[in-house]
Amino acid sequence: MKMNGARILLECLKKEGVDTVFGYPGGTVINIYNELFSFKDINHILPRHEQAGTHAADGYARATGRVGVAIATSGPGATNTVTGIATAYMDSIPMVIVTGQVPTALIGNDAFQEVDIIGITRSCTKHNFLVRDVKDLAMIMKKAFYIARSGRPGPVLVDLPKDVQIAQTEFAYPDTVEIRSYKPNLEGHPRQVEKAVAMLLESHRPVIYVGGGVILGNAADELTNLARKLSVPVTTTLMGLGSFPENDTLSLGMLGMHGSYYANMAMTHSDLIIAVGARFDDRVTGKIATFAPSAKIIHIDVDPTSIKKNVRVDLPIVGDVRDVLARMIKLSDKQKEKVVELKAALAPWHEDIADWKTKHPLGYKQSSTVIKPQFVIQKLRELSDDDAIIATDVGQHQMWTAQFFQFNKPRTLLSSGGLGTMGYGLPAAMGAQAAFPERQVIAICGDGGVQMNIQEIATLVQNRLPVKIVILNNNFLGMVRQWQELFFDKRYSQTCMELPIDFVKLADAYGAKGFSTSKPGEVEMVIKQAFKEKGPVIMEFKIAREEKVLPMVPAGASLNEMVLNA
Amino acid sequence: MQHTISVLVENEFGVLSRVASLFSGRGFNIDSLTVAPTNEEGLSRMTIATRGDEQILEQITKQLNKLVDVLKVIDFSDDSAIEREMVLVKVTAEDENRAEVLRIVDIFRAKIIDVTPKSYTIEATGNPVKMDALLELLRPLGLKELVRTGAVAIGRGVKGWKG
Repeated sequence: MKMNGARILLECLKKEGVDTVFGYPGGTVINIYNELFSFKDINHILPRHEQAGTHAADGYARATGRVGVAIATSGPGATNTVTGIATAYMDSIPMVIVTGQVPTALIGNDAFQEVDIIGITRSCTKHNFLVRDVKDLAMIMKKAFYIARSGRPGPVLVDLPKDVQIAQTEFAYPDTVEIRSYKPNLEGHPRQVEKAVAMLLESHRPVIYVGGGVILGNAADELTNLARKLSVPVTTTLMGLGSFPENDTLSLGMLGMHGSYYANMAMTHSDLIIAVGARFDDRVTGKIATFAPSAKIIHIDVDPTSIKKNVRVDLPIVGDVRDVLARMIKLSDKQKEKVVELKAALAPWHEDIADWKTKHPLGYKQSSTVIKPQFVIQKLRELSDDDAIIATDVGQHQMWTAQFFQFNKPRTLLSSGGLGTMGYGLPAAMGAQAAFPERQVIAICGDGGVQMNIQEIATLVQNRLPVKIVILNNNFLGMVRQWQELFFDKRYSQTCMELPIDFVKLADAYGAKGFSTSKPGEVEMVIKQAFKEKGPVIMEFKIAREEKVLPMVPAGASLNEMVLNA
Repeated sequence: MQHTISVLVENEFGVLSRVASLFSGRGFNIDSLTVAPTNEEGLSRMTIATRGDEQILEQITKQLNKLVDVLKVIDFSDDSAIEREMVLVKVTAEDENRAEVLRIVDIFRAKIIDVTPKSYTIEATGNPVKMDALLELLRPLGLKELVRTGAVAIGRGVKGWKG
């Protein structure tokens, strides 16, 4: 059947199983919206800003594992998506972003609302396409989804000029796609996998270091299984939180700059690090020269560029982490005696770790007069559902959440790890809630970040998305203030948000519910009340203003040079 | 260390800028870059001369391979390739220098392709190192203008790039 490009786009989305898109209309996408008006198979959510729409698609993708879809018009609509795209790119989140473009005849003429979004997003997308002929549209959409979700996932942008949306052609969605220059290597080399198991069975102080790749690759079960079978301790990055249950005794929690003392000590003293779907980010390794000096490193990742980028690697395995871990389990199952030997040999290592855990557990000083942010996070864990989804912004509250919430299930923490995007939390929670209307979705924000996309409360109310927004309010840009306190003689340059905002009234103005407290004794009550509400809620906790995130590895220091109390 | 890398790419819109922006975005050097279609429809071949230690070169080839439009990357780091470059150079040639220029042209098996009473324009082809040597000799005589194509490279032996 002949149809126009706009309709073909929607049919392609339907064929890809897309049920929800986040988009904002405008001049060069008006034809798409005209088709959408009578297209009943896709739920469209209108954010109040294209950046938020893109973060929402990202949150949807992280929570579900499916490809998130965002639509924006040309020019400013397209540029507003860039922060969202870069956020997704840094964290390898599968997304397809469709932008309108001026008609092909006008491209390059500085037309109204024209911008070279292909050029702008070249370095922050996995790939991008300009559709110049409606006949190519279906195949390009097929390729876009395939590229976005396969291999190391990432955002793909499709730029769709207005005349291509209007032009007509026969629609047929391709069943298969083949890109000769794009063939991700999914199968880890069998010999390398065998060697990895052999190295693991002979190790004395092994640590499994897990990144977001295990969550993206749906390998949390395999990882948990392997670690428990061999009784190997597991530490995760921020992006890896939830891939291994933190309530397991083998869990070392998060490592790195604000990781636990025991995770960083374990890395430093390890003789074998098995890195799975992680990329040795500078926030994780600390000073590279002194990182894990006595450890051999096995690195499993689907993306060969991640391997040997920052650290030396003794055994690289390029492949799908789930497949590789599953084969490691099989191989170790065949060597039962050696597994028993390994477990016995690991006893002193577990003792060392237990000592570190006792010596410097994660903690804070409780107060009866002022709310400690860590206390709020612990209460949230205690009072929320087991499968609650948490989205955060970036800064102190993000690190307190990572340290104290205790994530036990994959895809329950949505956080901008790589790019560190303030303003991410609220719209990401919105996207997750759109995917799972029945689950508890909580956005944990600071007073700085929440104001970067505060307008989305309107979207929550309009779409009946009952996100619970927690604001840990210290009237500071807290993380920068903490650095200024520790490293810049307390010169709090431009980090004090001096105007107190009445977040209860603000919630009210949007038609949401608002609670606020500054008393530790009321924290539990506020959370309970908020969780009872059927709609979106703001919970403001006025917290100890100069509370710091500790422990901390100062930038450029070694992992074992942690500041424990400052 | 200098490396010559051949990159076979799909002849898609924007592929040159994808490769170029990969180099600039990640802080890799490009000494020269050439690109032209191959005998296979839809495929172009780039030759990039770059520098870096082993780890950087490994990243460059991996990052190039990661680009969706890149079909194959060949790093000619050893003597496994033949490299050629073409140079067009306009040299001052007056009085006794005219004979000297001709001698140098002869030694390097180059050609004079344009003549005026005061200048010669020379076309030379060869290994980039040899071209450097030629230019070293011509420089004292007065270079008026210089154009180099950058190196192209092809593997030695019976096998093509597909093996």
